[in-house]
Amino acid sequence: MKADPIGVLTGAHYLDGDFACGEGAMAAGCRFVAGYPITPSTEVVERISRRFPTMGGTFIQMEDELASMAAVVGGSWTGTKSMTVTSGPGFSLMMENIGLAAMMETPCVVVNVQRGGPSTGLPTMVGQADVMQARWGSHGDYEIIAMSPQSPQEAFDLTIEAFNLSEIYRVPVMFLMDEIVGHMTERVVIPPADEIEVVPRALTGKTPEEFEPYQINGKPTPEFARAGDGYRFHTTGLTHDERGYPEMSVECQERCVRRLLEKITDNADRIVRFEEEATDDAEVVVVTYGITARVARLAIDMARRRGVKVGSVRLIVIWPFAEKLIRELAGKVRALVVPEINYGQLVLEVERCAAGKCAVLPVSHGGGSVHDPAVIAEVIVKAAAEAA
Amino acid sequence: MSKDKVGTRTDFPPTPPEFLPEQQPDHPVTPYLRMERIPHVWCPGCGIGTVVKCFATALERSGADLDKVSVVSGIGCSGRAAGYLKLDGFHTTHGRAIPFATGLKLGRPELEVAVFSGDGDLSGIGGNHFIHAARRNMDLLVILINNFIYGMTGGQNAPTTPLTAKSSTMPFGNFEAPFNIPHLAASCGAPYVARWTCLHIRRLTWAMEEALDRKGFRLIEVIAPCPTLYSRLNKLGTGLNGMRFYHDNAEIRHGADTRELDIDFQKSITCGKFVDEERPTFLDQMNEHYGQVLGEKYVPMSPEGGWLHG
Amino acid sequence: MASAASERTEIRITGFGGQGVVLAGHIIGHACAINAGMNATMIQSFGPEARGSACSSTLAVSKSEVLYPYIGRPDILVAMSSEGYEKYRDELKDDGTLIYEQDLVQPRVKKGQRSSCVPSTRIAESLGRAIVQNIVMVGFFGAVTGLVPREALSEAVLHSVPPGTEKLNLSAFDRGFEYFEEAVRQSVLEVHRPPLEGVPA
Repeated sequence: MKADPIGVLTGAHYLDGDFACGEGAMAAGCRFVAGYPITPSTEVVERISRRFPTMGGTFIQMEDELASMAAVVGGSWTGTKSMTVTSGPGFSLMMENIGLAAMMETPCVVVNVQRGGPSTGLPTMVGQADVMQARWGSHGDYEIIAMSPQSPQEAFDLTIEAFNLSEIYRVPVMFLMDEIVGHMTERVVIPPADEIEVVPRALTGKTPEEFEPYQINGKPTPEFARAGDGYRFHTTGLTHDERGYPEMSVECQERCVRRLLEKITDNADRIVRFEEEATDDAEVVVVTYGITARVARLAIDMARRRGVKVGSVRLIVIWPFAEKLIRELAGKVRALVVPEINYGQLVLEVERCAAGKCAVLPVSHGGGSVHDPAVIAEVIVKAAAEAA
Repeated sequence: MSKDKVGTRTDFPPTPPEFLPEQQPDHPVTPYLRMERIPHVWCPGCGIGTVVKCFATALERSGADLDKVSVVSGIGCSGRAAGYLKLDGFHTTHGRAIPFATGLKLGRPELEVAVFSGDGDLSGIGGNHFIHAARRNMDLLVILINNFIYGMTGGQNAPTTPLTAKSSTMPFGNFEAPFNIPHLAASCGAPYVARWTCLHIRRLTWAMEEALDRKGFRLIEVIAPCPTLYSRLNKLGTGLNGMRFYHDNAEIRHGADTRELDIDFQKSITCGKFVDEERPTFLDQMNEHYGQVLGEKYVPMSPEGGWLHG
Repeated sequence: MASAASERTEIRITGFGGQGVVLAGHIIGHACAINAGMNATMIQSFGPEARGSACSSTLAVSKSEVLYPYIGRPDILVAMSSEGYEKYRDELKDDGTLIYEQDLVQPRVKKGQRSSCVPSTRIAESLGRAIVQNIVMVGFFGAVTGLVPREALSEAVLHSVPPGTEKLNLSAFDRGFEYFEEAVRQSVLEVHRPPLEGVPA
């Protein structure tokens, strides 16, 4: 369906990524946000708290991030699209209830404007070191979706998509911004509401007597009933059967957890999104995401001027990981170069998928700034020379 | 609930019923329970089931639209209550029942949201949420079942364990000062605060019924025996001994100063309704404030929630 | 100053917290990106102090897409405080342009660099509100650099200031803009030219 115009600020704006993300959420139909202030993410909720009262949305500043995430899961079970916003330290606190959201199959969006870590780290400066936490941060086996925008415009566009994916697959979607994209101000064009496609909460058509909250009937996800519609359903963070009742058995664990995984892994091809450029005859391909993708393009130009055939892949959806793509590339190219603002996180996935078929070279950066493009260019040129 | 499911109960009482299963009369609160999940997990002599029964009775008497009542629990023995009530039920993470319930209430303001959890869950790991929900006067009915101990994990010390009482992690007796739960709630601004024991079935039911009729952060603390752990570790006998103790030592003092409600080990337990006043809830205040400041520009969330119609 | 941004133009605006450094950057960026058809990426940086410390915003303005968000050596340095100037003065390109608050900054300009100054605080005070000092500076910046048309900039001012303050801010903008025009007319711009700093060979 089309977006509700009340939440769509159509026009060209000069917005930072945080504000653009907030606008994206409102355009996507988000009407409940619970959050706790943390730099550099707070502008997202500042934007939302100013605009929500004019569109039937409620923002609440909770007592901490544990509460924020719990409230978002609760909010979403009313059918109201819900989101929270944080940065690394708060993201760590949210992990408990991100696990709950995954287990209860709750659509919601968790925005993490990444800063340097660990611990309090660099509150006002950039990092990309929450990539693995986004995937593995809560205990147990589960799958999530994670996206990473490279500009304020994408912060808007992809936030809408994050909501849509969370509705389709009933998972928490991690929206991995970073401090630079969050605090960078650029032109953001917001289209008219009737050009924005949003996925509404798909409510079950069954009667309360027929309905079971985790019965999938061959579909990837179960049907949804909102609290307050007379279904009198039960849901729990415990391992549960199709009725949503706790069942502590090996068989039920297998059935319950496997489905949480497979609804994403089986649909990975539909979920994965990336931009590919000049990879056809490339010797070296640079694999990037987020703000680093922009910096890498400068590095690629430098390397090309030095005669290297270099292509690029920009991952827009980080999780599920673009396994198929990387496996294919690894069979074709001499090296994959992976710059990221951490000491080597997504590069581990690239290495895993390359499986020794080509060189995989990280370009690590501890955080606080983007890479110097010349440093990335140097690795590209060297990779091409060594492989040759 | 189907009749044949009820039939599974026939093997539970030691003496067989005199009538065929389909003739067996239902317990009055069975329509409010998920009978297919009975027998429950609670120990013989535990007080939690009594509290659930009282709540079901209160719901019935209150005439509330049960389709619009959600019950939220955290983790622990009391946390299982949400799983037995035939309402929209949410069994959440440890300590987070109140913020989860806050999300439900704000996501669909017409809901009546009840939180049903234990002393460790709500005042220990969830203590921060408890005080802030009371401060905001979030529109939640909170039933805190206090058995003075972490039951499900094996009798560890709780923020409510009375001084000198033994627990599995204070084997030589507790030396930490416990919370006075009604005082904690009242001092954070809760407009309805009561305490009963699970011996006081009629008064507890009545308090729940009354609380369902109030708004804002309503706290009912229910003292319940834990014969398996608290009573055993402290040599207090069975659940029945616990009830006898309440009978002899519970003192009803409505309107008592909440500062005087500390519970000492095996001393008197002051029960009653301590606070019952009107105070605008979070949503009342939000609606009024935005209405004043923003005037016609203010669009409150619909009682049905801010959901998109598909 | 090289006029239209055919290539990438890098700008740093610095001052002390509370002077409206970020708003000044935002207005210039808005004028370029929304009103003048260019690309403009603004980054703000600030210390943990909300007031007082040197803070700055940077802009990369280009007709083509801005990839690298940070600036290297700015083409234009706008200094509204002495501390900010001292912190960032060495970055300015050898042929760059310094624009500074005449009463608050004592610059040492290298050979090849141009400089223009404006008593923006005094002008703002004369309008009754020292707080619009940054808008005076934006106007002056627009006139000195010719980076964007005056209307694009003044529209951005109107778009960015709190409702009810448009008139005040617009006159601050005009006063800043016209201060430069007047100075050029009277050829007095070099009057305030500060002593040249020795340029290393």
